[in-house]
Order: sequence, then structure tokens, then C-alpha cells
Amino acid sequence: MTLLAVEDLRIDLAAGDAPHAAVEEVSFEIARGETFGLVGESGCGKSITALAIMGLLQRPLSIGGGSIRLDGRAIQDLDAGEMRRLRGKRLAMIFQEPMTALNPLLPVGRQIAEMFILHEGASWRDAQRRAIEVLERVRVPAPERRARDYPHQLSGGMRQRVMIAIALACSPDLLIADEPTTALDVTVQSEIVDLMRELCAANGTAILMISHDLGLVASMCRTVGVMYAGRLVEMRASAEIFKAPAHPYTRGLVASLPRLGSRAAVGQRRLQEIAGVVPSIADFPPGCRFHPRCGRMTEICRTDAPAVRTLPGGGLVRCHHHG
Amino acid sequence: MRVGTNTVIGGTLFAIAILVGILAPWIAHTDPVMDANLMLAEEPPGREFWFGTDAQGRDIYSRVVHGARISLTVGVVAQLLNSMIGTALGLSAGYFGGWWDDFVTGLTNLMLAIPSLIFALAIMAILGPGLTSLLVALGLTNWSFTCRLARASALSLKSQGYVQASRVLGYGDIRIMITQILPNMLGPLIVIATLGMGGTILAEAALSFLGLGVRPPYPSWGSMLSEARDQITTAPWLSVFPGLAIFLTVLGLNLLGDGLRDILDPQSRSRRA
Repeated sequence: MTLLAVEDLRIDLAAGDAPHAAVEEVSFEIARGETFGLVGESGCGKSITALAIMGLLQRPLSIGGGSIRLDGRAIQDLDAGEMRRLRGKRLAMIFQEPMTALNPLLPVGRQIAEMFILHEGASWRDAQRRAIEVLERVRVPAPERRARDYPHQLSGGMRQRVMIAIALACSPDLLIADEPTTALDVTVQSEIVDLMRELCAANGTAILMISHDLGLVASMCRTVGVMYAGRLVEMRASAEIFKAPAHPYTRGLVASLPRLGSRAAVGQRRLQEIAGVVPSIADFPPGCRFHPRCGRMTEICRTDAPAVRTLPGGGLVRCHHHG
Repeated sequence: MRVGTNTVIGGTLFAIAILVGILAPWIAHTDPVMDANLMLAEEPPGREFWFGTDAQGRDIYSRVVHGARISLTVGVVAQLLNSMIGTALGLSAGYFGGWWDDFVTGLTNLMLAIPSLIFALAIMAILGPGLTSLLVALGLTNWSFTCRLARASALSLKSQGYVQASRVLGYGDIRIMITQILPNMLGPLIVIATLGMGGTILAEAALSFLGLGVRPPYPSWGSMLSEARDQITTAPWLSVFPGLAIFLTVLGLNLLGDGLRDILDPQSRSRRA
């Protein structure tokens, strides 16, 4: 059953007279309990897509068209109060920076407890007790003692666990994880990812994972969407996308991953890169937005934006010369 | 954490002033108002009258001790009022921005442009002398610095990760302001309030000196100074002791405020360590 349906979403960036479309023609669906990954370079629009889903776009950004539906209800139509009650209760989000996302002056137990008081009207004692249970669930050792600790007394990994505990406290339907492991050590990263996957599976929480780390997304998500310059360029099952990336950009991303045992990884050959940089929102190239960096570019790519095509094995791609 | 000597001295001076105010009925020798004795007028300081007597023969020591009650009440209550007004306006202005911010900023600039003592004088002239009008006059006129500080802190704090995060978690605006932003800007506000309290005590003294403060015969340090004006050459002790009381209390508050600034600012804390 579809939980979240994003359809033809367009996000405008107001600048001067005419707004620029920072994101356009983005459509995807996430079913209950599904894991969906959104991959792309910095500035491709993945984070603002997440903010739009949370209903937290702030000027100069605004939704310019399309719809975001949660259980069939368009969230743009909700008033501010309804939207606020949705956040934290049904939609939760964790951020890249566990260092700054916790209030430095409140014990972490209190910050978790606040969720129960805010969203479920729990009593102070009850909330405090449940906060300790949640800390235990995210495998924080000695939760009774840790609940009284302040954020600066915890390590980065512990803080991210606390963030997960806060986000999952009210068993939300959808967890948006915006680069949740970027600021962490590699060893801690895998623990956090496993923890998220496990807890969400147990609760039936769907995950929208946002990352520039294709490897992480592929290992965690069933479906992956690749964004480039505000558009989704490829969307497929994650197993497929690694085996046979269809879009030249995805191919570039996959080729630029270091692999264990490959010559690049042992330092004998340069890692593959994609030449050029992401164009700025103000001057997206006409036609296919990837054409200036693409190895397969032909005349049609300069003039005509490719339409979305369905791939034979399932999945969607936006390229004149895919395959 | 090491607390500086100045902070200890400041805290002690202020604590003594508060204690004297609280214990006034027990440590005063005579009733500050009723025990007038013209036979003993203008006695210099001595064994019986520690600080001497005034023109009506009242014990100055007892009057200074009782005066602490009024001066400190005005200082503390009026400053609390200032702090609350300034914090509420500044915090909401910085947090919400927009027309409300423009309005509050304009109002603050207006308040800063009018000398606060003149403004207080005007309010006193309307309300008439007395303790309540003193509190109102001084409590409504000195919030502009607090307001500016609160607004600036709110502006920088609202972009902090945890404030953004709490919005994502479904916190409402009021809850964000009270639980996330206010506690994090309390340090500098406490410092400003402590320093401001000294200023408020001085302002009370000034208003009372000008005859618009506490009505005689009740003693406040400022009104005592005012009454002593004519005898300053013949009986200087009349003005020296209330003046000394003001001086020591305000000095104590300023030292305490400076010390608190160092204690509450994490950067200066790590510099010292």
C-alpha cells in the first residue's frame, strides 16, 4: 500500500522576477515499510525534496507544482497546525550532524521524553520511563544513567543513536534520513545503519534515505532514485542499478566507487570521476541537463529534454541514449 | 571551575546588602521614622549613633538599614520587570522576524533615543510619587539593552541545528522559543540583568533625590541623600553613609555581573583553563 506519493513535484527558488525550478518533474512512491534511497551530488535537490515532504520549505523556496500525498491526502492542503502534529508523530527526520541537532542544555532523556509529552500527551513520569525504554531499544548501554547525560558527554555515535531514538519514539510511518552517517566513523556508520534498518523493520516504518553514498543506499534500500540537477534521472531496484546502470550519470557514479581489490583501491590507478561540476540552479543547460558532462552526448541532447522511459527489466530512466 | 576574587567580593557585597534589608527590623537600633528627637539633632557618628543623626535627630544607621529594603526592592523588582519585557520582546522579534521585528526594533531605538531617566521622570510626574509608581517608572523604561541582546541571540540561535531539529519533530513556535532558544541565551541575559540592577538602584536614588521617589519620612538611600543636601558642609555624615551604601551595593553588583559574564561564557572559561 502506498504511504507517500510524490507526483510531478516542482520546487521554486524565488530570485528576481521569474522563479527558478530547483526541483522539477520529480515523482516517486514509497510503500509502507519500504526503504527508498535518493542519491545525488550536493545541490541536486535531494535535501529540499525531503524538506518539502516535511512541509518545512522556507522562503525563498516554495512548492511550485505537483503534489505530495501521505496516505492519499495532499500535505500542501493541511493547515500549519495539522502539519505540525504530523511532524514527529507520523513523519520523522534525522540529520547529518548529530553534534548540533541536540539541545546542549537539556539531558538527552528529557529530549526524548518531550516527544511523548508533545505528541501523545503522556505524563512527565510516564514519558521519562518510556524515554529510557527507547534508549534501551537503540542499544545505548546503561540507559538509566545515559538519560541524565548532556549531549556533550556522549560520543558522535551515541548522539546519533539518541537522534534515532527521538525520531522513532512515536513510531512514525516514514523516517527521512538525510545523510545520517556522513559525520560518523566508518565502523560506527555500519552499526547505525543496521540499527535503523532493524528498528524500522520491526515498527513497519518506511525509510527515505538521502545520501551521496551510492554504496550505502544500495545496501540499505530496495529502490533507488538518482537525482541530477533537480530531476530524477533514473529509478530502479537497487540490485539492478549496480549491475547495469542505465543512465550515463548513474554509470559515472557507479564507476567512481572504490571497490575492494580493484586497482584503483590499491592505489595503482586513479578512481574514475565524472568530469565537470553540477550546474547552478540559475543556469541549468537546455535539453538534457547532463549533456555538458556526458560522454554519449549527441545533437538531440542539446535541444530536447529526454522523457521518462520505462526500462525493459522494470525501472525508469530519463536519457535519449540509455542502456 | 575557578571563581575570580572580584566575583566573590561582588557577591559578598550584594549578599550583605540583601541580608541587611531582610534583617532590618532586628538589626536597626531605633524605628527609622518615629524615633525623632530634636534634642539629639545632627549628632556626629559616635558610640550611641554609629552613623550619627539627622536634622530631626533620627538614627542614620537605622535609616540606612531600613533604606536597603526600599532601594533593593526597587532595584530587583524593576530590573526583573525590565528583563522580562526585554526578553519577551527581543526573543519574539528575533524568532518571528517580519513586521513584528521591525516594530520591536523601532520601539527599542525610540527607547534608546529618549534618556531613560527623563522618561521615568515623565511617568513619575503622571503617576505621582510612591513605591508603586517607582517600580512602574523604572521597570518600563530600561529594557532596550536586554531586548537588543535577546533579539540578537534569538537570531543566531534559531539557525542552530537543534532548533531546526525541534521544528522537524513537531514543536510549535512557543515551545521552541521556551524550551530551545530561551535556555541557551540565559547566560548573557543574567549578566545584563545583574549589571542593570546596579543602574536601577542608582536611578531610584536619582529619582528620590529629585523628590519624585519614596515619600518622606520613609527612608530610601536616594531620598536620604536628597534630605542631606542642605547640611552637606555642616553635617557630612548625613550624605556619606547612604552614599556609601549605594556605592558598595552597585559596586558589588557590577563586580558580580562581570564575574558571571566570565563564568557563563564557555569561551572565556576555556581561555582561563
